This record gives sequence, structure tokens and C-alpha cells, in this order.
Amino acid sequence: MATTADTFQAHPEDHHHSDAHGADHKPGFFARWFMSTNHKDIGTLYLIFAIFAGVIGGAVSGIMRLELAQPGIQYLTGLASLYGEHDMDQALHMWNVLITAHGLIMVFFMVMPAMIGGFGNWFVPLMIGAPDMAFPRMNNISFWLTVAGFCSLMLSSFFPGGTGIGAGIGWTAYAPLSTTGSVGPAVDFAIFSLHLAGAASIMGAINFITTIFNMRAPGMTLHKMPLFVWSILVTAFLLLLALPVLAAAITMLITDRNFGTTFFDASGGGDPVLFQHLFWFFGHPEVYIMILPGFGMISQIVATFSRKPIFGYLGMAYAMVAIGVVGFIVWAHHMYTTGLDVNTKMYFTAATMIIAVPTGVKIFSWIATMWGGSIEFKSPMVWAMGMIFLFTVGGVTGVVLANGGVDDVFHDTYYVVAHFHYVLSMGAVFSLFAGFYYWFPKMSGRMHSEFLAHVHFWVFFVGVNVIFFPMHFLGMNGMPRRYPDYTPAFAQWNYVASIGYLIMAASMVIFFVNIIYALVAGRRAAPNYWGEGATTLEWTLSSPPPFHQFETLPVIEDHHSHHDHIGSADAAKAH
Amino acid sequence: MTFGEIARKRLHCLFLLIAALALFPISNAAFAQPAGSAPPPSNASAVSAEQSAAAPNVADSTLAPAAAAEGSTVKAAPGAAAYTGLGPEWIKGKPVAGAYYFQPQYTADGRYARWMHNYVLMPVITVITLFVLGLMLFVMWRFRASKNPVPSKTSHNTLIEVVWTILPAFILVGIAVPSMILLNNQFRTPPKDALTIKATGYQWYWGYTYADNGGFEVISNMLPDAEAEKRGEPEHLAADNRMVVPVGVPIRLQITGADVIHSFAVPSLWFKLDAVPGRLNERVLKVDEPGIYYGQCSELCGARHGYMPIVVEAVPAAQFAAFIHSQGGTMPGEAAAAPAAPAAAPLQQPESAVAGAPGAGAAPTVAPTPAAAAPAAAPAA
Repeated sequence: MATTADTFQAHPEDHHHSDAHGADHKPGFFARWFMSTNHKDIGTLYLIFAIFAGVIGGAVSGIMRLELAQPGIQYLTGLASLYGEHDMDQALHMWNVLITAHGLIMVFFMVMPAMIGGFGNWFVPLMIGAPDMAFPRMNNISFWLTVAGFCSLMLSSFFPGGTGIGAGIGWTAYAPLSTTGSVGPAVDFAIFSLHLAGAASIMGAINFITTIFNMRAPGMTLHKMPLFVWSILVTAFLLLLALPVLAAAITMLITDRNFGTTFFDASGGGDPVLFQHLFWFFGHPEVYIMILPGFGMISQIVATFSRKPIFGYLGMAYAMVAIGVVGFIVWAHHMYTTGLDVNTKMYFTAATMIIAVPTGVKIFSWIATMWGGSIEFKSPMVWAMGMIFLFTVGGVTGVVLANGGVDDVFHDTYYVVAHFHYVLSMGAVFSLFAGFYYWFPKMSGRMHSEFLAHVHFWVFFVGVNVIFFPMHFLGMNGMPRRYPDYTPAFAQWNYVASIGYLIMAASMVIFFVNIIYALVAGRRAAPNYWGEGATTLEWTLSSPPPFHQFETLPVIEDHHSHHDHIGSADAAKAH
Repeated sequence: MTFGEIARKRLHCLFLLIAALALFPISNAAFAQPAGSAPPPSNASAVSAEQSAAAPNVADSTLAPAAAAEGSTVKAAPGAAAYTGLGPEWIKGKPVAGAYYFQPQYTADGRYARWMHNYVLMPVITVITLFVLGLMLFVMWRFRASKNPVPSKTSHNTLIEVVWTILPAFILVGIAVPSMILLNNQFRTPPKDALTIKATGYQWYWGYTYADNGGFEVISNMLPDAEAEKRGEPEHLAADNRMVVPVGVPIRLQITGADVIHSFAVPSLWFKLDAVPGRLNERVLKVDEPGIYYGQCSELCGARHGYMPIVVEAVPAAQFAAFIHSQGGTMPGEAAAAPAAPAAAPLQQPESAVAGAPGAGAAPTVAPTPAAAAPAAAPAA
């Protein structure tokens, strides 16, 4: 029983001048939101930023679905004319700018900031009983570098990028299209935006690893940490190891573009495929970076609303570790058609399929957690269950794509688009909404409307499935990715997908109405508004939590089951 | 609970695992069959008599379905200038409107891969998805709060955790076997005397170099929609000049890129290989039936990425020789013939080639090509 830290105070100096600043010691508006060192405020900033970027990235995909609703070019010429006189090639270049922006925004400025920056910042310190992150000022610069990166990406769409205005290189930025193939500053701005976002993420990763290793409350061993904290820990290691490789690759792109090096230029002894190896050595861990925090949130939510501890806690934690480790040795399955030799393709086929095993462990463990539970279908739970099912659908098509020989027909078709949107647009985004409804009242102090949240779920569920399921058919029928126009045989399913977009867009209106309703007229949230199933430390605090929490560290009871008997220091003393 | 204890007390469960293992030899036997004796695809008979009549240049005798070129001895080349491309009734590999399945397959690897997808992968992933869905629906119904107000406290069951780790691993091993066979088949070495054709991706058209036939290059640009319609071909897929290949024999197909990465992809031949500048990717292609097979560039390559289709035209040996002669090339073994008059081959003139592009060593232009220089690629605005 570790109770030695009972009298420790995280910020003893706060007590001396508490009267001058009010009970919470909140600084003024500018200092609070622009110079923040408070993990909750930075988390809020990240969430607002992610929603803002998500709206832009979603609007871009709206333009794409509009253009693809029927064969022919309908809207790109109009869009290109916003930049003045243009020819057809410049209009078509606009398409590549759109797909590049959609990919980069959604990956680097929506999912990652929301998952890690937003929920990670907010709830890792709360769940491990820490007063704040280990490096609060580094936390602040992580956020503002992400914003700067986003600005750089937006700026790129006002500069020449080869054929037309803006960077049209795809989010993968394959050389030589991104070097000699796109002359002009637009691509440099886009690459620089990845540098900034990458630096922000590396600093964030260092912060999380240090926080989780050093600042857990007394008694909270690694094997008692909530699974969300585990997921962020694994994610932080992936970020720390993968992002420097991306940074190296895109730095070489920059020097190839501007300083005459030929890392990726065969005529100078380089190799365009080398870029792909470097990119995907980052890029494959990146997809787990985007989904692992979601796994963590789903674990918390399923346990809460089943009113049971998570089933197979250790298996769940180490499944995430296994996914992280194996995620580093499967990258070339993104490159099956680049001319890999047969042994390499066989190895990557086998290694890729292995990832299905720990992923399956997670799916089955979630179901086993619900088994025997007392399930309440509150909004976070329906989003979580939607995620479990749709992630399974996206996962099994991943097993299909893992086969190097079968991939020869699927590679770079809409089947791949369908697959990764099932795991990200449904896996990751459903987790984000689940986490949002789970914790929004905790963060804001106001209850959202459960009714609207359920309506949002069903409309969104129908919408995304209508968008993405037909894409499997398009891919099997042979429609390549990144096409602004297509042969009339592809028209039907593209039209259906565009209708799906409208349904999905309508659901987002419901989401924003719900947020506004909650902030304006929502009921005040109790400290633990989900009841006895919610057992992690954040539920011992008020909603919203005090500006500085755990000035007296909580103590975790020594109990045989995991993180389901946690009390504050006071409760521990009372024993 | 240790493994030994499980083995002693729960032998019946382990027996299930062994039974699952035993299934794999069975599936092995199942896929060995279609791989060995590739049955002729059902639509081979679609080549009906009157359709053949519409293509008078293709000798009927060489077009017996599925037997295509094996038996065709090279008749006297019909004359250097006489080559006419196959008509639209020969279109075999193209997307079908509203389809939710693969294009028909015209290579042995393609049929095997489609079989593997349809009879190994699809059943497995469908069963797994429905199993997860079924479990979730059952749990939602059986353990809803109103029916089960008191939750259990179970949080461990070593046996079931071991089972759901090992069983998926065995399923994956079962999938891996046909997957490895497929990969092995796809990487067969071409025979020494195989015909070599090199496809080069340019921004934004394809060039097909016949290395063994005099080294000439055929430039292939997309047809404008109206022209494609006039010729009875699908819009966005039709090209002015096609990649003509001999049917029924293995071809050493080499792929490279001139400027940025492109990808040579033909879905109905289950073929996709990237065209990487500075690299010569090679794969064997053996088309089983005469016909026209459409594909599209499958690696983002700039503005007109969506406007550089690939058209493979597989013809019997005699017609292939005629095609080579019409281009001024020679068949292997022939003395270097005087170039034939190419003007008489209306379909195979590279007249629509982008200015300055066909030269193999010419510096690739990355800057925007004036739209007027390539009318073929201008989409309907």
C-alpha cells in the first residue's frame, strides 16, 4: 500500500496567492489561450483546431464527391478560375491539389491533433493522477507548431506547384512527381508543413512518454494504467521512432528540389523507390498512430457502459504493443507494385497478415467485455459499437489487400480507398466521436443531448457506409484512385457515394447543433455522470475539472483487479 | 492456469484446434485443381461467328476459343500494310456498368487470383464479419441493462484468450498458402526466346517499344470522347494506338517511366507494375485469348493522370507479324526488311503523338504541355 505521497502537493505555492486569482488561478484570456501551459487548455485548443481542420478537410472531400458524382469535369474548371486564367491542365491539377489537401489535413491536422493532442493531453494526466504534463511549455509549442504547419499547408495553395497552383503530389508525395515533377514553391510549403507538424508530434511524444513514465500517482503501476494511457504510450513510441524517418525523407525531398542533390533521382544515382521505402517506414506506423488512441478510448467506453472491468487487460495492453512493433516491419505492403522481388513480396505478405492476430484479440476482448455486462446504450457506447463493427469490416479487407498477388489488381484502386476509409474514417473517426461524447461533459461541464447524439450516430453511420461501401465495387471493377473523371461504367456507384456524402454532411450539422445546444443550454454535468461503470481517475474530479488538479496526489489501492478500485487520496486515508 | 493444465483439463478444445488444422490439406487440394487445369473462361464462347466476320483481317481459323495461338502457324504475312486493329466487338477486358465484381480474367494468374479471392478470401472475411456482427447483436440483446441488471465480474479466461489468438493465426496460415502459390506463379521467369516489349510511361501517354522487332516505339494517346464513341469503344479507356501483343505466348513485359512514376495496369489481365524512372520492372504477361483489354495509369503522375489509358490488343501470331511489318519492324529470324509504307496502316500511325515526346532519349517535359498539342487528352469541359 503506497501512501507515502499523501501529503505531497504539486503546486504548494498556489495556496499563497489563491485569493488574488480566484479559486482556479486562471490567467487572463490572452495568457490563458495563447501562452497556455495547462494540459487541459492545450487539449481544448487541439480539439478546437482539429474540428476546424476537419471541417476544411471535409469540405474538400465534398468538392471531390461533387466532381465525381457524374462523369466529365464539372466543377474543377470553375475552381481553377478562382485563380484567374487557366487551361484544362491547370483545372485538372486542381484535382490533385484537392486530394493532397484532403489527405494531409485529415491525417496530420484532424485525426492526430484530436486523438493525441486533444484527448491525450486532456486525459492522460487525469487518468494517471498527474497535475499536468511533464513539460508544459513544450506542450504549448507542440500545439502552436501544429497550427503553423497548417498555415504553411494552406499557404501552399496560393503558390505555383508545377502544372497549376498548389501542391498536387498526393499525401504520399512520391518522388519524382514531388521533385522535378512539381516546380514551384507550393510543394516546398507543403513539405515544410509536414516538418512543422512532425516536430510538433515528436515533442508531443517525448512529453507523453516522460509524463507516463514519471508522473503516475503512487500505486499506479504500468499494469494498472487505464488502457487509454497504454494506447497513448504505445502511440508516443511509434511517433518517436517513425517521424524522424519522415523528417529525413522530406528533408531529402527539399534538398533534391532546391539544392541539387539526387537522393531520389536515378539520373544522379538515386532511387525514386527509396523515397517510398522511407515514406512508408513512417507511413505504416502512422496508420497505427491514428487508430491506437482510438482503441484505447473504445476500451474505456466499452468497460464503462458494460459496467465491467475490461476483459483480458494484459492481453489488450500487449496487443497494442504487438501492433506497434509489427507495424514497423510491414511497410512495403504499400509498395507491392513498385517492382519488389518475389521473396520480399512473400515476406511482407506474411508479416502483414500477422497484424490481424493482435487486432483480432482486441475485437474479441471488447466483445468479451460486453459479455455478461449490464450494457447501457448511451451515445459513447453506440459510437464504440459502431466502431468495433466497421473497423472489423475495414480490417478484413486489409487481410485481402495483404496478399501481394491479389493486390496486383487492387493496388491504387478504390478498393484501397474503401479499405482505409473503413479503418480511419470509421475506425478512427467513430472512436473520436465516441470519445467526444464520453468526455465532452467532463471537459465542458455541460451535458450534450443524448437524443441528438444518437441521431448523429445513425445518420453518420448510414452516410459513411453509403459513401465507402460502393467503393469496394468500384475498385474490384478496376477504377483507379486519384481520378477526377472516369469512364461511364463507373458512374452508378460514384453517384451513390456522392449521395452518401450528403447524408454524412447532414449528420455533421446535427453534431454542431448538439455542441451549441450543450454549451448554451446543456444541463450541468455531475463529476461522474456515467455512473458506477466509469472508474478511472478523471471521474473523481468535478466537471469540468479544476484548473489545477491533484495538488494532493491520489493513491491507487492495491487490488487484484485492474484500475477498477481507484480512490482519491482522501478516500485512501479513510480506509 | 498453465498450458499443461489446459491441455489436461480442456482437451476437447484443443481437439477443435487440431481439427481446424486438418482442414488445411483439404483446402490445399481444392485450390490445386483450378491452378493446374485452368478451365477456359465461360465467355470464351462469346466470340461468335458473326463477330469474327466483322473483323475480316483476323483469320477465323486461328481464333478457335481458348486454343487461340497455340495451333496457329504463321501463315504468310498478309502484307506489310494490311494490319487493321481489332474492332469493338473484340473488347473483352473493360469495366461493366454498376458491377460489384471483378472484370473477367484472361490470364492464368488472373483466374487463380480471382479464384483465391472469391473462394478463399471472401468466404473467410464474410464469415468473420458476420461472426463478429452476430456476437455483437447477441451481446446487445442478451446483456442489455434491462435484462441483465447485475454485471458479472469476469475479466480473465486464459483458455479463450489463447484460442482467439491461435485460431486466427491458423486461418491466416491457410490464407497464406494459396497467396504464396499465386506470388510464385506471378514471378515465373520468361522463356529465353520470349518476345520483349517495353512500356514506357510519359506525362501523359504511353509508349510501347518492340525491342525484338526493330526497336520502334508506338505512342499511345487517349482518344477524345467523341472519337471513342464513334469507334464503339468506352470513353476514357480508348487510345489511338494500342499495345499489340501476340496471344497465347509469354511476353517479357518491361515497364519503365520517362519522367515521373506511372503504373501500367490492366485489371482484366490481373497485371499492375509501376513505371519507375531509372528502373526496368519486368514481369511475364501471357494473354489467353485474342481481344482488347483496357487499363489505366495507376500511380499519381500529375494533372492528366486520369487521361492516359492502356489498351492491350492481343492478336494471333500472323496478325502480330502483320502489325510488326506495318510499323516497319521485323519478326525474329527475318532479315532486316526495308521499312514498309506505314501510311497504309490507318490505326497504327503515331500521328497524334505529343510533339517532341516519342524520342526515347528526349528530355521529358515536366512543364505544362500546351493543351493544343495534345487534343486527345482534352476532356469534355
